[in-house]
Amino acid sequence: MSTASSRSAAAVLQARNLRKQFGAVTAAGDISVGIERLSVTGLIGSNGAGKTTFVNMITGYLKPDSGTIEFDGRDITTLTPRAITRLGIARSFQIPQLYDALSVEENILVALGTAARNGQLGPATAPRGQASRLARQQEEQALAQILSQFQLRDYRVRLARVLPQGVRKALDIALAMVARPQVLLLDEPTSGVSSEEKFAIMDMIMTALAQQGVTTLFVEHDMEVVSRYAQRVLAFYDGRVIADGEPKRVLQDDDVRRYVVGMSHAAPAGARSHA
Amino acid sequence: MSKRLDPALAVFLALLAALIAFAAWLPAWAQSLLSIALATGMVVLGLTLLMRTGLVSFGQSLYLCLGAYAAGILNSKYGVTDMIIAVGAGALVAGVVAFLLGFLMATYRHIFFATLSLAFSMILYGLLVKSADLGSTDGFNLTAPTIMGIKLEGALSQRYKLILGAVLAAIATIGLWRYLRTPLGRLAPAIRDNELRVEYMGASVRHAVHVKYTIAGLLGGIGGALAALAVGHIDPDSMAYWTVSGELVFIAVLSGSASVIAPFLAAAVFETLRMLAHDYSPNTWQLSLGAAMLLLILFLPGGLASVLVRRSREPAP
Repeated sequence: MSTASSRSAAAVLQARNLRKQFGAVTAAGDISVGIERLSVTGLIGSNGAGKTTFVNMITGYLKPDSGTIEFDGRDITTLTPRAITRLGIARSFQIPQLYDALSVEENILVALGTAARNGQLGPATAPRGQASRLARQQEEQALAQILSQFQLRDYRVRLARVLPQGVRKALDIALAMVARPQVLLLDEPTSGVSSEEKFAIMDMIMTALAQQGVTTLFVEHDMEVVSRYAQRVLAFYDGRVIADGEPKRVLQDDDVRRYVVGMSHAAPAGARSHA
Repeated sequence: MSKRLDPALAVFLALLAALIAFAAWLPAWAQSLLSIALATGMVVLGLTLLMRTGLVSFGQSLYLCLGAYAAGILNSKYGVTDMIIAVGAGALVAGVVAFLLGFLMATYRHIFFATLSLAFSMILYGLLVKSADLGSTDGFNLTAPTIMGIKLEGALSQRYKLILGAVLAAIATIGLWRYLRTPLGRLAPAIRDNELRVEYMGASVRHAVHVKYTIAGLLGGIGGALAALAVGHIDPDSMAYWTVSGELVFIAVLSGSASVIAPFLAAAVFETLRMLAHDYSPNTWQLSLGAAMLLLILFLPGGLASVLVRRSREPAP
């Protein structure tokens, strides 16, 4: 079994000794992980293993009981989700978080407006008087690019609430990508998507992310998706990382096969000590 | 989200221009009704901005009352009779109070926001009822206003109040229409829909709500000052009591929140309905208004705004 190693070399994101307890349940038990810039990392584990808690701690939704999280060398452990997003870490959600009463286009324009306001779309360098027109042109270009990258053009004027699940997922990720983040965390990007659609959606998402040069972490239950898209896999069990490495090696790990992929129900040595 | 002027807004501005041009030919009762409708519409415009953000204030009479009393006190107690200064004072006082209360209000949602806003308005009501210097429950009258040094009396005064209301309505609708197209303005429906996503976009929900609450208070103050000038008398019962806030919410529901001109149209419809109901069934006019409200909820749940704003969408798949 490989260990939860700390790959600190060129790490854009560095978690050190993260612990999080919900009553008697250990959601994170001393997790130390470094995420390399521009890497694609899959987070696997059964329900309750601590994957989403890990994502929630990195994005500021949950504060760890102890431990630190660094982004580009800066401690972000106690920052709010808003502050962390502004620094360049974005996320999508297992259940897409959209503006259901708005159209796809309006959803993206809301996100573009906020990103522009936060200075995340680059400095505006127009002479006075032309700034407004230039900003509008830039906004239209950015909107067209996102609609195209995430294959949302056909749905442009549809309300978010009536979109098919796969398109909702794509829009959720598109909203996260609008601010051009350095790190993107995807929480189960293919959940609720039909097995026929999952690769098409993942291909589209990964192509868009690769074009923008984003370090990606994705939580996923589908091992086919993990082995196809992840360069590195972190396997969670009982709030700990029980395996960390290349997908092929991790997915063949005995403990991972037993406790994550679902070959057996016995606990690994020491894994229950945190429960 | 084009920057081109909305056609409905353009028509409304043209109507206001016509109103200004032909104000002298309108009968006195129509001038009075429209002046009050414009003042009320201004307060409701702020209320619909909050509703667009998913917040219902049951105490917007607080700002109407502050605006009215600021204008009234300047006029009656300090002899500052200029209408423009009166409106400016109303806007300033209400805006400052809304900004300060906004720090607290922006942290509340749903029924808590509604009841807290109601509580603040009733505190003001209680203070005014106990203030003998301000006429207690009787209130006080305003002296004849002036505008830029010109003394206005009788029909001329009535006409200039209407013109001032129309000019301010034009400025407010254009201003709010533009604001709703800025990044901060666009957040209103997004906050109503999904605050979590707004925060994860990197925007502050609390800040956005605070700004909108302050704008709503400012508009409330302008409306209050206009109402004080239009009626010429102010008192706590007709300015701050909770039923006044209830009426404002009624008009806001009649208006809907999807259009910046609907609040003024709804206020005009409401004032007309009230006038007719008073005329034809003076003892049961609330019954007539209640019936109108019922019909509205059944047949026009999005308010008048839903008729004005048509959105081109493909049908659901």
